[in-house]
Amino acid sequence: MALTLVHTRYQLLRTIRIPIALVGSAFFPAASMIFFVVPAAGKDPTGAVYATASMVVFASIISNLFGHGIGVAEDRAQPWDPYTRTLPVGLFPNFAGRIITGLAMMLLSMLPVVVIAAVFTEASVSLWQFLAGLVVLIVASLPFMLMGLAIGYLLSTKAALAVVQIIFFPLAFAGGLLSAPDSAPGFVKAIAPYVPSRGAVELMWGAVGDFDVNPTAVVSLVVWTVAVGAVAVYAYRRDEGRRYR
Amino acid sequence: MTQTSLASPELSSPAAAPAVLARASGVTRRYGDHTALDAVDFEIRQGELLGLLGPNGAGKSTLVSLLTGLKQVTSGRCELFGGDPRRPENRLRIGVTPQETGLPETLRVAEVVDFVAAHYPDPENRDELLERFGLSALARRQTGGMSGGEKRRLAVALAFVGRPRLVFLDEPTTGLDVESRKALWDRVAEFHADGGTVLLTSHYLEEIEALAERVVVLGRGRVLADDSVDAIRGLVRVHRVSLTAGDLPELPGVVGEHREDGRVHLMTGDPDQLVRELVKREVAFSGLEIRPTSLEEAFLTITGS
Repeated sequence: MALTLVHTRYQLLRTIRIPIALVGSAFFPAASMIFFVVPAAGKDPTGAVYATASMVVFASIISNLFGHGIGVAEDRAQPWDPYTRTLPVGLFPNFAGRIITGLAMMLLSMLPVVVIAAVFTEASVSLWQFLAGLVVLIVASLPFMLMGLAIGYLLSTKAALAVVQIIFFPLAFAGGLLSAPDSAPGFVKAIAPYVPSRGAVELMWGAVGDFDVNPTAVVSLVVWTVAVGAVAVYAYRRDEGRRYR
Repeated sequence: MTQTSLASPELSSPAAAPAVLARASGVTRRYGDHTALDAVDFEIRQGELLGLLGPNGAGKSTLVSLLTGLKQVTSGRCELFGGDPRRPENRLRIGVTPQETGLPETLRVAEVVDFVAAHYPDPENRDELLERFGLSALARRQTGGMSGGEKRRLAVALAFVGRPRLVFLDEPTTGLDVESRKALWDRVAEFHADGGTVLLTSHYLEEIEALAERVVVLGRGRVLADDSVDAIRGLVRVHRVSLTAGDLPELPGVVGEHREDGRVHLMTGDPDQLVRELVKREVAFSGLEIRPTSLEEAFLTITGS
């Protein structure tokens, strides 16, 4: 436990010394709010709440896949990372430190989304719904954090960047994040329950609004979390730093 | 400390040889098609200052990576304090130097030391450690703003943070000026004098000579020699005497001989004596050429490969 705090502090220090990274991950969700959610659903109180919840999940996907996927791959390319693996420490403090730091960065990057929703749309939630949404967000972000770690430990920086760029948009689209709860295209409706982003966004909708969550989507979210978590642990174990052939 | 799994016959009697702190038994490591280590047997005994010498690409770093838990063997077995180096608890009593280019640039020197120290039950006092390595004035500096020599000193200091019993120093003084190199050697010698065990890797004989007692020479993934510094020095200081000549008499001090395109190449530790001998025996030769050999050449010639 003490080592988890040490690793978290270390990751936080490294991250906040380069604050521009935060601006990068905050920009896309905020811009999506302004250009899509505000004009399309801004006047509809219920629609604005759902759309904002979707954007928050989208922002979580972006922040975690890019933050962990690229961040870990980049760290592994530096000799410091192999050095830390000669210290008497196992996987958990390292993963936990990265996850907690990623979580803090993710929540910070979402502040603009929440502010825009509150100021420029008719969206409003009770304090209770807001807190429920916050808790659900943290739990539902776990598969994307673990997915980011798995990518970062499996791939080189360039490969990780390519993979993350290829998967983040389909993940959002196939989960129905870019459409209102019931107005997604037919094929999206068919595959959505098996995509992790769907379970995450449905839980968010259930937390901040009056939405009946599809149990299939939640079960597949759990399955995804366990599966990508196993891949992340496997990838960490087989990692030996940068590889040359 | 449990050493049961290490118990070899020599260890069972109290007057026996010192305990083995790290061991590789028949270790092979491949990277794809490339074999970095080929059935290597190697051990580090308590209290010794062991030099691991070899040209670049000989497998030194791979061997250190395997013994410090960073990499996995393809076949064979590595032990650290009697256990698997991949398990964190078996790494509690070792210290390792990061490569200097690897320090986290945005962190301050004191933060880096504190981070490493937090992993050990009884770490060194940070200020004392920095003082000993001449880094006190830099405690607040971000590592990205340090000179190459300062980074090198910090990298070596980090190996000592956790009060280790065994330190792995990988090319510790590469790129340092004479004065800082001497200072670092003094720190290593002090640690050893207090009972610490050291594995020092280098491709410079000079560094190994200054510190080590026993030397293991690696070349192309194999152990080529394992001997005292004096013995290795004699082996490594080999010259190649090349000449064009017919049949040669038996000459003293020649450790290797081969013919190529009409030239004879003689490997010897004392080229002056060899030339005197050739003249004295009135051997007809021409085109005499003498040059020192590289470490790798010397060892590969001696071992006949």
